[in-house]
Amino acid sequence: MPGSEAPEARTMFEKIWSRHRVLERDDGQTLLYVDRHLVHDGSAPAFEMLRSRGIAPRAPDRIFATPDHYVPTDPRTRQAIPNDEHRGMVEALERNAAVSGFRLFGLTDGNQGIVHVVGPEAGLSQPGMLIVCGDSHTSTHGALGALAFGIGSTEVAHVLATQSLWQRKPATMRITVDGKLGFGVTGKDVILAIIAQIGAAGATGHVIEYAGSAIRGLSMEGRLTLCNMSIEGGGRAGMVAPDDTTFQYIAGRPFAPQGHDWDAALMRWRALPSDPEARFDTEVTLDGDAVAPMVTWGNSPEDALPIDARIPDPAMEPDAERRAIMAGTFAYMGLIPGTPLEEVAVNRVFIGSCTNGRIEDLRAAAAVARGRRVAEGVTAWVVPGSAPVKRQAEAEGLDRIFTEAGFEWREAGCSMCLGTNGEIAAPGERVASTSNRNFRGRQGPGARTHLMGPAMAAAAAVTGHLADVRRLMVGG
Amino acid sequence: MEPFVALRSAAVPFARPNIDTDQILPARYLSRPRDDNHGAYLFRDLRLATDGSEVPDFPLNQPHWRDARIALGGRNFACGSSRENAVWAFYDHGVRAVIAPSFGDIFANNAVKNGMLAVTLPAADVATLIAQVQADPAAEIAVDLPSQTVTGPDGATYRFEIDPFAKKCLLEGLDEIAFTLNHAEEIAAFERRLGRDNY
Repeated sequence: MPGSEAPEARTMFEKIWSRHRVLERDDGQTLLYVDRHLVHDGSAPAFEMLRSRGIAPRAPDRIFATPDHYVPTDPRTRQAIPNDEHRGMVEALERNAAVSGFRLFGLTDGNQGIVHVVGPEAGLSQPGMLIVCGDSHTSTHGALGALAFGIGSTEVAHVLATQSLWQRKPATMRITVDGKLGFGVTGKDVILAIIAQIGAAGATGHVIEYAGSAIRGLSMEGRLTLCNMSIEGGGRAGMVAPDDTTFQYIAGRPFAPQGHDWDAALMRWRALPSDPEARFDTEVTLDGDAVAPMVTWGNSPEDALPIDARIPDPAMEPDAERRAIMAGTFAYMGLIPGTPLEEVAVNRVFIGSCTNGRIEDLRAAAAVARGRRVAEGVTAWVVPGSAPVKRQAEAEGLDRIFTEAGFEWREAGCSMCLGTNGEIAAPGERVASTSNRNFRGRQGPGARTHLMGPAMAAAAAVTGHLADVRRLMVGG
Repeated sequence: MEPFVALRSAAVPFARPNIDTDQILPARYLSRPRDDNHGAYLFRDLRLATDGSEVPDFPLNQPHWRDARIALGGRNFACGSSRENAVWAFYDHGVRAVIAPSFGDIFANNAVKNGMLAVTLPAADVATLIAQVQADPAAEIAVDLPSQTVTGPDGATYRFEIDPFAKKCLLEGLDEIAFTLNHAEEIAAFERRLGRDNY
């Protein structure tokens, strides 16, 4: 408009935030409207809170649910869940869906999966949306250009009752990764390198936008992996600006807009990326060319190193407090300081989770497994992120590659990522895992977790130790 | 929700950085109903050995700290998962205030919703408090929400910041859902504006 001032440059986060503002209070709290509320079988306490108040969910058409935390990945029926409490969680979800009238991607309808795999896969997670779920890895959905974050049970109950949530506006952080990722380097390696650089609390209080040519070059699935672990760097949410990669991924999915609605959606989505002049509260940069395949050695995701590095030596740590912490970590992890990472032998391999349980992840792992054998004494599991991922993998013959190599091919669920369904490693067992957390006891009391990407986990399975997948795939 | 106003108590220290919610409340207890005593699961795998005996040097097993109602944490305290059960574990154990240099965002949010105060103080001040209670485990710390202060065993006072709405909720034991339902008209108006084609 002539004479009007240029509009203030805004970040993608600010655009989505302001679009969802129901009301703002003097004290700076904003009531935000929630487009999509994703629910899983751990959400029973929130429904209980609602029921105790005699309130029904306000907008059941905005709720989508699937059981993932408590489902076994061996047998497939609810009746077969041996633990009463676990079966009760799955039953409660089915009951709540029936009573409240929201859509359930159930165990028997062929659409069940990990909630953060199902959302994008079904086309439920779309650019510009505000998405919440009672799970910290809700940050995953930001890969599509959505604002998505995890909340606790009481907040889940609040969203059920009001379809909205009080929030104080977080700070913004842009993490720019320019350059070209090397052979064998994936979204998992990028996010582990970022967390190693900024620390596990590096992005606390921030919403992260990932930018730069290396990020643009990631597939949708690589971006989902990247945003998934934003929370491991302390970030409230992580997001990537939607582009043609995003639009091509969404097009044609069951809940994607169709026809005229698709054209209108595309217009809105193309306006979402941060304005060129937009300012972020914090800027971080990383050299994409320099990122190597990463593995973690300790009990925080920030304890990540390139696979060709050696495990650090606490004796070299000048800070006494840090030295003491490292000593505790080494005792738990059963590691010898200074050992090359590649000499660390593993007992278990877990390929799956909301971080790395998508079809591209399984293809990458299968490419390593093809024609090889799981090493003697190693138990290796492949747990697809969803029933559709499993079907797709089977259509491509990936299941046969895995089973012929000695991997177990299982049903979809969270499984060994956190072991809520009882699928855990034994005390002292060392796990090469494509999941998101290497916390003490995360995969079972006394279990020792090393995080890495899916091809790296497959390389660990076939060699019996942490291994550089680049050598395996090039040198043979 | 039970209001939080002020508290004076011994304070149990967990000094390590990045203590995560899997340690505070191991995942195998996540399917327990809320009315179960979650205090029994607090730091279960650090507090008790595999045979069920107490790990002698774990802070919660020290005589003066068993009934502490304040906890002192390291940087990025209670990072990790969104499990509200981690707050329930502290709450049911009797802890009503946690003081740390920084928190996992979701844990801090969950704490407020359950009437538990999460106080952020500069790392040096938390380190001072931890050193003081380690030197004298019986030493008491006071937390006062109206004046937004923590008072150390030596009388030193530290002011903390808290979101005004969180403060109001804690002081009044305010039920946020009831509060928001008072705004149902504005939510309905937003839904009408949102329209058919706007998600």
